[in-house]
Amino acid sequence: MVFRPETAEPLNELADILLRGPNTLAPGERELIATLVSSRNDCFFCQRVHGAVAAYHLGNNEQLVLDVESDPEHAAVPDKMKALLAIAGKVQRGGKEVTSEDIARARECGASDMEIHDTVLIAAAFCMFNRYVDGLGTWAPTDPDVYRERAPITAREGYANSIHRILAEQPIT
Amino acid sequence: MPHIQLQTGLPGIRGLFAFRLDTARPLSQLAQVLLHDSGTLSRADRELIATYVSSLNDCYYCQTCHGALAAEHLEGDAALVEQVKRDPEKAPISGKLRALLAIAGKVQRGGKNVTSEDIERARSQGATDREIHDTVLIAAAFCMYNRYVDGLATWAPRDDEEGYRQRAATVAANGYMRLIEDMQAASAARE
Repeated sequence: MVFRPETAEPLNELADILLRGPNTLAPGERELIATLVSSRNDCFFCQRVHGAVAAYHLGNNEQLVLDVESDPEHAAVPDKMKALLAIAGKVQRGGKEVTSEDIARARECGASDMEIHDTVLIAAAFCMFNRYVDGLGTWAPTDPDVYRERAPITAREGYANSIHRILAEQPIT
Repeated sequence: MPHIQLQTGLPGIRGLFAFRLDTARPLSQLAQVLLHDSGTLSRADRELIATYVSSLNDCYYCQTCHGALAAEHLEGDAALVEQVKRDPEKAPISGKLRALLAIAGKVQRGGKNVTSEDIERARSQGATDREIHDTVLIAAAFCMYNRYVDGLATWAPRDDEEGYRQRAATVAANGYMRLIEDMQAASAARE
């Protein structure tokens, strides 16, 4: 990111608006969407960063984050979240996978057009972030405590000042 | 029909930009920096990378818009754009662009598909770290834009080559921020 500040700025702004900006979806819910998509894309770094921030917002419930990653339909989240996570999972595979049935299910559970829009854009954005991180072969810390300790700071201060800075020091492999 | 209620008459990502202006700004800014602002890769090369990835993702709107932009920067050579979409390894382009398109194709399938051999090949063809970085980010960004456009089932004009060409000429001249600046001005005037 620091390698190219001109692109880091809109990337961080996008992450901050989508994950931390005013929204009818709670920050923890939006971080769960980001974590699920990063997990499906097998992106260790994004999965750990956003999984830790999601757990932080959910009262340090790390088990719930793991449950959502392994099987969102059976995780202890509201039906609306299950429907939105199902849409996010489809977007991860490709935009055309999302059906009008998926949308109707989310609406029946009370999701608004804006919530459906934001779910699709968060999922799409993480298909970018994940590829950016892994496509350049970036290094990521393996110690879960690094992510756990950083999560409250990221939640408070935002992505422009976050652990994403790690990417700065990366040479291209 | 789009999955959510969008302003009619605005195709593809433009309808989505109007739906949510605050995310439209960084999305447009990213396209501006990657595709339009000055760089050592030509605008044509960068639009070809965007077009190729959009074609692999089967996104009609993005591949048609950016294909028209690539052609615009190639003095109207739409045939070259089609060749790149079909088979970049056989297209009459530089060895460097061929190596960068190979990286972009790997990124489309997933970031981990890019190998150190792919990077070495690009370097041996003269690609800089910055050019490799931007290729990966353009490819990754179009994996986002394509999913955003198709995931919400936006509308796009079909069989309207002239319409896409005219739009491409406007974006080639003005860059990617003009649309969002106009939308912001119209929104402010309404308030």
